[in-house]
Parts: sequence; structure tokens; C-alpha cells
Amino acid sequence: MTVLAPGAAPALPPSPYRVVGRRLETSDTATIELEPVRSGLAPFSPGQFAMVYGFGVGDIPLSVSRIEGDRLTHTIRSVGAVSSRLASLEGGASVGVRGPFGTGWDLTAAMGRDLLIVAGGLGLAPLRPLITAALTAPERYGRVNVLIGARSPGDLLYADEAERWRAADARVLVTVDRPDDTWRGDVGVVTGLLNRAEFDPGATAAFLCGPEVMMRATARDLARRGIAADRTQVSLERTMHCGTGHCGHCQLGPLLLCRDGPVVRWDHAEPLLAVREL
Amino acid sequence: MTAGRRDFLQSLPPVHRGWLLGFAHEVTLPAETRIFGEDDVADRFWVVRSGLVALDVHIPGRGPVVVETVADGELLGWSWLFEPYRWHLGARTRSAVEAWEFDAARVRAAMEDSPAAGLALFRTIADQVIGERLRSARTRLLDLYGNDRSRESGVRGAVG
Repeated sequence: MTVLAPGAAPALPPSPYRVVGRRLETSDTATIELEPVRSGLAPFSPGQFAMVYGFGVGDIPLSVSRIEGDRLTHTIRSVGAVSSRLASLEGGASVGVRGPFGTGWDLTAAMGRDLLIVAGGLGLAPLRPLITAALTAPERYGRVNVLIGARSPGDLLYADEAERWRAADARVLVTVDRPDDTWRGDVGVVTGLLNRAEFDPGATAAFLCGPEVMMRATARDLARRGIAADRTQVSLERTMHCGTGHCGHCQLGPLLLCRDGPVVRWDHAEPLLAVREL
Repeated sequence: MTAGRRDFLQSLPPVHRGWLLGFAHEVTLPAETRIFGEDDVADRFWVVRSGLVALDVHIPGRGPVVVETVADGELLGWSWLFEPYRWHLGARTRSAVEAWEFDAARVRAAMEDSPAAGLALFRTIADQVIGERLRSARTRLLDLYGNDRSRESGVRGAVG
């Protein structure tokens, strides 16, 4: 008999998926599209993640960067053996997928509010399906702001899509840390863009994803501007292995981030992130 | 103005805002205008009302390298406040810019004559300009986006 930890999901075997598309986003980052070989997994929500298995090398957690029916899209930066393998897969290659895992962005809590979506680096990937969902139902929300920070112009993801977001009336602002000679836009940290976002602090929901220091600085800045901590959501990261709440590698205080995260409200996350041992 | 915005002039108490604006006149600068260069005399400063200004450093062999941008509602320049009153960076408009322009010597003299107003202005500059830019520079020193390339067990597509 199998006994699960409270709240833990059963560890199911990976479902076979096939790569049906690949696009190089930057010099070290690619997006792959997967379709189920047989039946698809349960539907994913924006912000949730899958454990994607590269046969012969291992599996890693990957958030979904687009959701279309049974098709899953992941944007992957090559930083190790597994991610490099997955990011290099071409059409027809097979992978194993488990999921969906974790908590997603809570868009229902944002109904009727202005949206502030703040992304740093590859943090834009888990936010993309949230942006798509918000722009698909504009009547449900107020003004939609998308603020993007990246290391350099060459590290920006989804540049053509950002134009479509602008065309759909989102206010999209972009800044880089290290401009090249061709860059004509903002230079500096992403919080520097907040002054030009259009939102009413008393009626705004914020969604942050990026390096933890960036999210901390942004969430604190938003609090100073009057956005309550319980209306800011962050996507947290710790080392994840099982994805099902069994192994404990992703523990952050009382939370197992593969199960209780990655998306966590800032009023819950802030006190935990202040503890160095966590 | 958006309610969530931290605007330099709006951060001053109203009485001191009016006092400072008494020294201002409106200017319009075309795109790609050099406003000042490194080591020029810092005899003016600006509050940007609209548009974008790039702060740059001249590097031999590379030309001006942009280190930060200043946009709507932000103060352009604080070297006018401290001796030797010379700019540490250069500034060039990226787009057409509308701004309030101030005569630095007049404002410094007025700060001496009206210590309460001077202190309010000084505190706002220290908090919103010097402090913000110092925090920003320290954050960028961490090269957060670069350092995040080292793990692949996070959920953002091998970390982002």
C-alpha cells in the first residue's frame, strides 16, 4: 500500500509527448512545443509546471509558457545537461511529461482590477499564458501593464508577441541592464518602469516573476505605492526534484514549493524570504 | 498622473513644490540633443515632464555608453548640488523631451535662504534620486539575470 504525505500528489509515470515545434529565442534559450502521443495530461493553468523528462539524461521542472488545448509549450534556457538536451530537441523527438504541478496565478483575484505584470529575464515565460488569458478577456480587468526587464536586448523573449500585446491595448514597457548600440529604450532595473505604468494602487493586482532579489525589490516598491501585499503574487523557486511533495528539496519554511507554490501571495512569501536559513 | 506613480515634484510638500517651481521655466528639447557632457559645469537641472533621457559615460574606442535612463516625473541631474558642480555623467535625449528647467545657482542660494524648503528638497533628492540610483546600481552589480543561469532545477525553464 502506498502512503502519501499530506497534500502530496501520487508519483505517476511520465506520459509520452512528442516535440512538434522548436524556436530559438536567444543564444541560449529555446521554446519547444509538445503534443501528447496518446491522451494528454490534465489541463494546465498559467503558472503551473510540468516535470519534463529527457530520456537518458533526467527530468527537470519547467513552467508552461503557452497552453493550447493538449499542446504544452516550454521555454528552456540551457544551463545544464537536462535543460541543454531538452532545449536542443527537434520536431519528432520524444520526451516524458508529468504534471500539472503546483499552484497557478490566481487571475480570479484580479477580476475588476488593473493588472501589473512584472517579469525579469526568463520570468516572462511563466507569465506569458497569464498575459494571454488577461488579454483574451479584457472586459474582466482594468488596465493591463506588462513590465519587462532583461540583461541585454539579445536576452529579450517573445519580442514579436510584445507587439501583439501592445496592439491588444496592454501597456508594455521594457528595460535592459546592458544596452547595445542599437537599443533606444529604457536602461535600468525593472522597478524604474513602475512610474510609467498605469494603475490605481487601491484596485490593482500584481504578478511578479524573475530573480528573487528582483521580485523582493519590486514587491516592496509596490507596497510603498499602496498595493496591498495580499494582492501581489510571486513565483518562487527552490530546487525541485519530485514535483509531488515527497522529497522535500523545495521546502521553504512550511511550504513545499512544488505543491504549495510556485505561485505564492506576497503576504505569505515575504516573512519566509526574510529568513536567511530558508 | 497615475495614482501609483512616485513623481519627484509630487513628493515635495505642496508649499515647497510651489517654492521650487517658482524657479522653473518650461523647455522643449528635440530628440538626440546633447543636454550636457561629463565634466561640464552643472549650472542647471531639470525635471522631465515627458520623454526619455539617456545618461552616458564616454568610453574611448566605444563612444558614449548608456548606463541609465531618466523618464517622466524624474529629476535629471544632482551634481549641481555639490561642489565642484560638474556633471559625473553625460545626458542626451532619446525622444523629444519636455521638462522644467532650473537655474542651479539660484536654487542653491534659495536653499540657503529658506532652510526648511532646502531641507525638503535635499531629502527628496537623497531619497528619490541618489538613494534609488544607488540601490539600482547595486542591484545591477549582482547581474541577477546572468547569475540565474547556474541552476536547472527551478520551474522557469531552467530558471529565469
